[in-house]
Amino acid sequence: MKTEINPITGGANMARRSFLRYAGASAATLAVLGATSCKKDHKVIVDGSIDIGSGDIGILNYAYALEQLEAAFYLQVVANPYNGITATETAYLTDIRDHEVLHRDFFKAAIGGSAIQELTTDFSSINFSDRASVLGAAKLLEDTGVTAYDGAGYLIQDSGYLTIAGKIVSVEARHAALISNLLNSGSFAASDQVDANGLNKAASIAEVLAGANGFLKTKVSAVNYNYQP
Amino acid sequence: MNLFNIINEIEQVDPEIHERLSPRRDAIKNITSFGSKVALAAMPFALGTMFKKAYGQTNSSVVDVLNFALTLEYLEAKFYNTGSAGALIPAANASYINEIKDDENQHVSFLKGVITQLGGTPVAEPNIDLSGGNGSGNGPFAAALTDYPTFLLAAQAFEDTGVRAYKGQAPALKGNQVVLTAALSIHAVEARHASAIRKLRFDLGQSTTTKPWIVSTASKGNDTGNALVDGNYDGEQNVTQGGVNLTTALGASVSVATGAFDEPLTTEQVLLLLKGSFLVS
Repeated sequence: MKTEINPITGGANMARRSFLRYAGASAATLAVLGATSCKKDHKVIVDGSIDIGSGDIGILNYAYALEQLEAAFYLQVVANPYNGITATETAYLTDIRDHEVLHRDFFKAAIGGSAIQELTTDFSSINFSDRASVLGAAKLLEDTGVTAYDGAGYLIQDSGYLTIAGKIVSVEARHAALISNLLNSGSFAASDQVDANGLNKAASIAEVLAGANGFLKTKVSAVNYNYQP
Repeated sequence: MNLFNIINEIEQVDPEIHERLSPRRDAIKNITSFGSKVALAAMPFALGTMFKKAYGQTNSSVVDVLNFALTLEYLEAKFYNTGSAGALIPAANASYINEIKDDENQHVSFLKGVITQLGGTPVAEPNIDLSGGNGSGNGPFAAALTDYPTFLLAAQAFEDTGVRAYKGQAPALKGNQVVLTAALSIHAVEARHASAIRKLRFDLGQSTTTKPWIVSTASKGNDTGNALVDGNYDGEQNVTQGGVNLTTALGASVSVATGAFDEPLTTEQVLLLLKGSFLVS
């Protein structure tokens, strides 16, 4: 830790988010941080959508929204298995359900009082009895999750949060690769998701939410990141 | 490249970029007017200075991270290039393994290019012993290039370790839209590889318990059943995230809690695993 006074973040004009960065210097304070942070960022805006807010809490709420969507999807998949599902596929999809539910519950606990509300999903476009429809939707959700975390990582100011995002995104990438392999063996890093440099695609908050809102009755907005449904 | 546009774009996602650059909001004008006078050729240097001021990173610290990543990619690329060269890999799996091999070689080229663009010098390929024998060629993984199941076990350990190594570097690149996003994007591809190798080992009957994700027990991170790679997985048994104990506070089992979160390794931990074995010293 440097002891000199930082001319950018030190001093009387320390911005709120810089304060958050200092307050959140240890990931162990994450739950406390969420509970004491200002709630006004998370008001329901005029058109009825839920806004993620700003700063690190905004990005955590963004992740929370996506994890809520994934968890709800896999809960339904496991409760209503598609025709011809194998025992191995059931085991995989049950594990993924458990991971996504835990990601959802983790973010809710970590963000505390600043968390956005529970979202209502709309999976009417998915035929849950049809393997291709279910795994196609699973691929879309997992690939979107990976591009979302990769694309929003640089917006995270606290190292603890950034590392936690990293801990989750690699698991989402493991899911994404498995689902791709179940649909088409060998497509785990295909060119629809991985570019010619061997880099996974990354997506902006606006791009991700525009897609995710297609599965949500409660729309999610991100006015601080130039997105309204 | 237009510095005005870059600052505007950063401002879209980081409204406090001005505050980061200067305690006085007005002072940003000095930077933009400075920028307008800088020759185009000097712009990367100006940008580097800006990022240093804004995020506490220097070009050289970013280059150090990228050279560390490049060293790991050299190792992975050599492993797959060597493994693919002979008759080790069955024809049925050739395209599957080639997908990974190609990605690793692309990572080497990409990282060299980025390091050069940042004004750094890419490190040369290190002296590698794929047997893990520190140059003897007769280390504990000597069978990896002659025995396919051993090859896949080593591949799994390399990929899972690569995921952990990239994850550990993320804080050093915090806030850097270009380099952090690229590093996270490689990190995700390594995780895709790890998932794919793990599924292949299960499908081939080489392991009946291996999942595409790491499923640790309370006392042991390593889920491969092979003690040779205990160190590569140590720490994966962690069940506390951001101060939240996932098992006691959220009711998750250890297998779900460890499967749902991958753990990082520091630079020192990674080098301890590789130097004097795979990286000849």
